[in-house]
Amino acid sequence: MSHATAVADKRPSTLRGASLPSWSPYAIAAGSVVVAVGIGLAAGLDSKVQWGLIAGLLFVAGTYGIAAKVEGRRQAKDRIATSLVWVAFILAVVPLVSLLWTTIARGVKVLDIYFLTHSMGVVADSEPGGGIYHAIIGTLEQVGLATLIGAPIGILTAIYLVEYGRGGLAKAVTFFVDVMTGIPSIVAGLFILSLMLMFDMQPFGFAGSLALAILMMPVVVRSTEEMLKLVPNELREASLALGVPKWRTILKVVVPTSIGGIITGVMLAIARIAGETAPVLLLVFGNPFINNNPFEGAQASLPLYIYQQYSQSAGSTAAYDRAWAASLTLIAFVMILNLVARAIARWKAPKTGR
Amino acid sequence: MSKRIDVSGLTAYYGTHKAIEDISMTVEPRTVTAFIGPSGCGKSTFLRTLNRMHEVTSGGRVEGKVLLDDEDLYGAGVDPVAVRREIGMVFQRPNPFPTMSIFDNVAAGLRLNGNYKKSQLSDIVEKSLKGANLWNEVKDRLNKPGSGLSGGQQQRLCIARAIAVEPKVLLMDEPCSALDPISTLAIEDLIGELKERFTIVIVTHNMQQAARVSDRTAFFNLAAVGQPGKLIEIDDTERIFSNPSVQATEDYISGRFG
Amino acid sequence: MDISTQKTGADGAPPPHDGVPPTTSANGPQKRAARGTTRPGDRIFLALSRGSGILLLVIMAAIAVFLAYRAYLAISKDEANFLTTFEWNTGLVPPKFGIAVLAFGTVVSSIIAMAIAVPIAVAIALFITHYAPRRLSGPIAYVVDLLAAVPSIVYGLWGALVLVPHMDGLFGWLNDYFGWTGIFSWDEGAPRSMLTVGILLAIMILPIITNVSREVFRQVPQMHEEAALALGATRWEVIRMAVIPFGRSGVISASMLGLGRALGETMAVATVLSPDFDIHASLLNPGGGTFAQNIASKFNEATEYGRDALIASGLVLFVITLLVNGAARMIIARRKEYSGANA
Repeated sequence: MSHATAVADKRPSTLRGASLPSWSPYAIAAGSVVVAVGIGLAAGLDSKVQWGLIAGLLFVAGTYGIAAKVEGRRQAKDRIATSLVWVAFILAVVPLVSLLWTTIARGVKVLDIYFLTHSMGVVADSEPGGGIYHAIIGTLEQVGLATLIGAPIGILTAIYLVEYGRGGLAKAVTFFVDVMTGIPSIVAGLFILSLMLMFDMQPFGFAGSLALAILMMPVVVRSTEEMLKLVPNELREASLALGVPKWRTILKVVVPTSIGGIITGVMLAIARIAGETAPVLLLVFGNPFINNNPFEGAQASLPLYIYQQYSQSAGSTAAYDRAWAASLTLIAFVMILNLVARAIARWKAPKTGR
Repeated sequence: MSKRIDVSGLTAYYGTHKAIEDISMTVEPRTVTAFIGPSGCGKSTFLRTLNRMHEVTSGGRVEGKVLLDDEDLYGAGVDPVAVRREIGMVFQRPNPFPTMSIFDNVAAGLRLNGNYKKSQLSDIVEKSLKGANLWNEVKDRLNKPGSGLSGGQQQRLCIARAIAVEPKVLLMDEPCSALDPISTLAIEDLIGELKERFTIVIVTHNMQQAARVSDRTAFFNLAAVGQPGKLIEIDDTERIFSNPSVQATEDYISGRFG
Repeated sequence: MDISTQKTGADGAPPPHDGVPPTTSANGPQKRAARGTTRPGDRIFLALSRGSGILLLVIMAAIAVFLAYRAYLAISKDEANFLTTFEWNTGLVPPKFGIAVLAFGTVVSSIIAMAIAVPIAVAIALFITHYAPRRLSGPIAYVVDLLAAVPSIVYGLWGALVLVPHMDGLFGWLNDYFGWTGIFSWDEGAPRSMLTVGILLAIMILPIITNVSREVFRQVPQMHEEAALALGATRWEVIRMAVIPFGRSGVISASMLGLGRALGETMAVATVLSPDFDIHASLLNPGGGTFAQNIASKFNEATEYGRDALIASGLVLFVITLLVNGAARMIIARRKEYSGANA
């Protein structure tokens, strides 16, 4: 294009700046890794994490230096932003992948049918054997009861806010739902605990359910509210104009239109409370035996089981294995709830024409 | 200093879908060229290929040549960022940066290029706002947010922002379609003034507007829905509206379709 | 939402188009039909849904009242200053306990977590919305979503068994180069310290902050980004001109959400920290404690009075999280006004 540069009079070729070839980021990355390994070996740093950090720093600095020289400051800033964003991403991926990988790799060791169908009743915490049947029962019952309480109240509150809500009461409810979303789970546990102290009660499953329900309500309210707001007003007006009373309009038109989203919200809320440990620790206490009655006596639960296997076993490998296997079970449970919830959301998405 | 645009054999895709096919035309400096045609004929897509905004959309891809005074915008080593500085754009809906004041909006493009003194910036901002016929309306509230202006004022603010960086070419993508008739008139008057300094290309749905503001008019059409859009003809505006050489153009202009 | 014009029957004004007084017998039936809430179905349904809303308020009030009452029982017998004492001896006669160490530990661990998590989360959110290849960004966003759902106890277990053993190298390095500051000095003990807790909390809240920030960045109108592009902005300049200003308040409220989580996190701290009741200059040496961790660790051996004392500390945590949430809410409210102005 020598011809073009000759023609352009004042500023020769304003359109093309010198630019680094497209393979340059890889080259700089490779160079940084090599130098970092060199430094690591020379300085005798034994942590591979440090090597990685040095490589990351070199990469960012190298990119900026080279780009600033060849392409100019603005391009260099752009490149440094790009490389920082990539470095941040990789930095964050390491622990999160490690978390998932460790849980799966160490969880599958003792996770089998026996593990799922036996309790810890006759097994000392430091010995191998035993299982999580009692904890699964406890979690299912506590979470189930919490859902029975929390979900209807949450959904009805959301209906109130969207369909009726005006004035001071609705404003107050909206505000406190937000506040409630931020309550730490242990505070909800302490609240129920203060009630139990009042009536001199011993730990039992349903007490945990009450605390979990408190944690669940605001989540359900928020998600249901969002879904109800998506229902177009025309639908409500069409129904009201036919002379259908308001409550039947809500039950027969508004809620069915958004039912997919509401169910999704409830399931995500369940997934969240199923992993809560703190209130269960305070209120349900834990129990190595199978207790099918959530209304009397201490129960176990999956998250609590994980904590107790970790903290009460004095470093026994068998207990750690059980903790990982229980973690894997819990994650699987939560993930399945999540995936199903998303599938429902996609399948029953309201057709709002967006 | 405005520049000539020379397009040859230009085809643009969205993913695998071919949006426009084999378009060639020349746009002379210091003229207003209007693109008209039915919806979906690819005139906006074509406009966006002229400053390499098309490739910003997902799957956007271009073949062919666009020469700006003999330099190919799609040539190897050409920086799209530099292209867009040379060829400014005004969009369908006014889009001032909502977080910036009127002053900062106009200065936004200048600040990217770095070192201007405060006084220099004020001068250019004032000049650009005057150039966009907006100065008298906003000179007392330069520090207020641009989003507080009316739609027509916002659009003129966007024009001021585009011309502040002294581009060679100004592309306008249906700049009046979101505006009321009075604001539209103000923008049309402005276009007439701006063509003294810039090469202007405007996409419009409104044929009267094309007839009022442009020197040259290009008519785009597509054979059927799903087919790529094509350039049917480009000629002096007067000829296109009085005696077009292609039947389809005449049909469209006389309202027989589209 | 103007569909509920006929919300309350009791004070409902007569329809504007008829001037006939409502008592007119000929008009009676129609009138009744028009005024929705006089139907038993409507009345019951409104009562149910409004009742649920009121129940939520009652629960919130009850939480505050009951915690305050039990806290009062505990603090009234506390011989030491509840706010400034460095010990937690509820079994003594008379009992001595205070929250100074817990408040310090909670704040410090949360600050560390925020300092690490917020920049990285914003970067990842930008990565997903603006940098990652399109084919990758969907799956990555999905995985981050799922990670936000991993229970905190699993993070705790991972932190105690995987993260803690891997901290030695970093701690040694920090001690070698920054040990002179005092903050990063290390006596080679187990790295079950505030810094480890902060890092683990950062990893935990990262997905939440990322998710919310990502949604905000995704909502940046295409036209603002195109405006910047058309001025000849590089990708980073587009982000600085159009994306970050638009998303700033959203990122702040996302961070507040993460902060709320970090302040109240119990299990991840309880499994990782080896606590004591003192404030240490070094973040690397074990010791210290947080409100939630202290409650979980002390609960089992606590007498009824000891539990009241723990409830008192929980009340303080409750108040702190309320303040943080209130701040977040105010920021979001400001943003709503602001985006309404240019809609």
